[in-house]
Amino acid sequence: MNALLHQILSGLATGGIYASVALALVMIHQATHLVNFAQGEMAMFSTYIAWALIEGGMPYWDAFALTILISFLGGIVIERVVIRPMANAPVLASVIVFIGLLVILNSVAGWIFTYTVKSFPSPFPAEPLWNNSYISTHELGAIGVTLVVLALLFIFFRFTLLGLAMRAAAENPVSSRLVGIRVGWMLALGWGLAAAIGAVAGMMVAPIVFLDPNMMSGILLYGFAAALLGGIDNPAGAVLGGFIVGVLENVVGAYLIGTELKLTVALVVIVGVLTLKPSGLFGRVLVSRV
Amino acid sequence: MSATSEPGRAIAAAGEAGAARRAWRGAGLALLLLAAVLLPFLVSSYHAFQLTLALAYAIALLGLNMLTGYNGQISLGHGAFYAIGAYIAAILMTQFDWPYWATIPVAGLVCLVAGFLFGLPALRLEGLYLALATFALAVATPQLLKYKHLEDWTGGVQGIVITKPDPPFGLPISQDQWLYLFTLAVAVLMFVLAHNLLRGRIGRAIVAIRDHPVAAETMGIDNAIYKSLTFGVSALYTGVAGALGAIAVQFVAPDSFNVFLSISFLVGVVVGGLASISGAVYGALFIQFVPNIADDISKAAPWAIYGVFLIACMYLMPRGVAGFVQSAAARLPWRETKKG
Repeated sequence: MNALLHQILSGLATGGIYASVALALVMIHQATHLVNFAQGEMAMFSTYIAWALIEGGMPYWDAFALTILISFLGGIVIERVVIRPMANAPVLASVIVFIGLLVILNSVAGWIFTYTVKSFPSPFPAEPLWNNSYISTHELGAIGVTLVVLALLFIFFRFTLLGLAMRAAAENPVSSRLVGIRVGWMLALGWGLAAAIGAVAGMMVAPIVFLDPNMMSGILLYGFAAALLGGIDNPAGAVLGGFIVGVLENVVGAYLIGTELKLTVALVVIVGVLTLKPSGLFGRVLVSRV
Repeated sequence: MSATSEPGRAIAAAGEAGAARRAWRGAGLALLLLAAVLLPFLVSSYHAFQLTLALAYAIALLGLNMLTGYNGQISLGHGAFYAIGAYIAAILMTQFDWPYWATIPVAGLVCLVAGFLFGLPALRLEGLYLALATFALAVATPQLLKYKHLEDWTGGVQGIVITKPDPPFGLPISQDQWLYLFTLAVAVLMFVLAHNLLRGRIGRAIVAIRDHPVAAETMGIDNAIYKSLTFGVSALYTGVAGALGAIAVQFVAPDSFNVFLSISFLVGVVVGGLASISGAVYGALFIQFVPNIADDISKAAPWAIYGVFLIACMYLMPRGVAGFVQSAAARLPWRETKKG
């Protein structure tokens, strides 16, 4: 029983990270109806920036904040420079541009920081809180940080004018333009926010999976699965999807088939759920007009 | 996407001018084919091998293009069907001593069934959700091939080594040249079949489902059957390509059929041009040769160069190479006079 509890709790910790990635995906999807395949690599790159800052002698939390800021600006730059010219291109052409971005970021990270696996520090103490044997302090901290990020995002989108403007721009670009919202900049802001959330996820997951240029590929896949499981048009659903996927992956890996096939089984389960409920657990069912 | 489909265009162009143009087109294709036949005798055997692989990719891309370009179903998992085709060829050749050419129809048929069966549940999924389901297939493939209860067949992580076939009838050409010609023959056959399939009644139905599923249904098209059959035929093409690719490489192993292969296929289809038959050839040349070119430019970060190529391609030709060629050809002055 203790072992099961342990698996569930550490599933929640990784689930929080998947939830963050899923949220970043949902954010860009809401605004552009595209899935950003480069999201994971953007997060990976941010994590490398954080690593370089910490190696350079900066205290952890300063580096954390600075990395988020850099990622935010980086996301805006990517939207302005790479994504904007594709605004009117066919959907699949944009997808290919994302894939191009993915391989570029991956390759450049490998080039600058080499492909050797690096360890990434955790800001949380190594010994578990209250001497419990279920969950490490870093895992607990990761859940905490994820929840803080979610709360901040909720407050931002629910209670600020800018958040309202961003939601409006995603919902109905034409009308938003008419009331004076600069839709293009709202999209760029969305990319910046998504990059910042990705950076947080990257820095939280790096102490667990270690830092190398390919560290996010599996996590992006889980994030994608989480977003679709929860319903890609529902941020809260995506977060819940993230936690479900995290727990499912851990429990399935530990009890059913071992770690080799756990990715496969988790995906099969998710696809199975989607076959029964094609627009995700909490997604809006789209009724197409004839 | 405003691109009118090729079948639609073919009908519109039917007429006397169309007949003349068809004759020219036939002559051009014959010349191209002649050049393709002569090519392996002009280049090194390594390049002949690379071209063989490019031909195999062209068949796979044609299959994926039927599904994604013509029928509008996104697949990120066609590497799985490529792997099935490759493994069937390898297993039949090493464990049952089949001749290499006999394995290809079997690979195609097995993939047809596999694709059809996968296409049935995929009917419920659309767009991104289908992309995820097929992506899951791609992710699962290497892991399933390594699965220990299948090891007797698949050779586990080590994979299977195949011997390269000799040219028949004592032809005085090298093995690589023969394999190229054999692959070319299969490719031409597959392209002709695809062309006939897509320009006819079935092809129009496939495109109609992409453009307006409800209208297609109203016209009496059975969407479910057509969509799963398209999935099957598409998998058949990719399976044939996998068998040809395995024979050319002489080796199959789980890790050569990873997610990246499936993504490469999608890249090839979009770069080549969606819903176009010639696009499959352009796309295959892109995914076969551009990584090498990128590697020549920068040894340190070849994939960064590849990514830049990819993004540049999409900026300059958002409808792919085939779309670009089409609109460039339409702007030629002599083309206008002939139409009038």
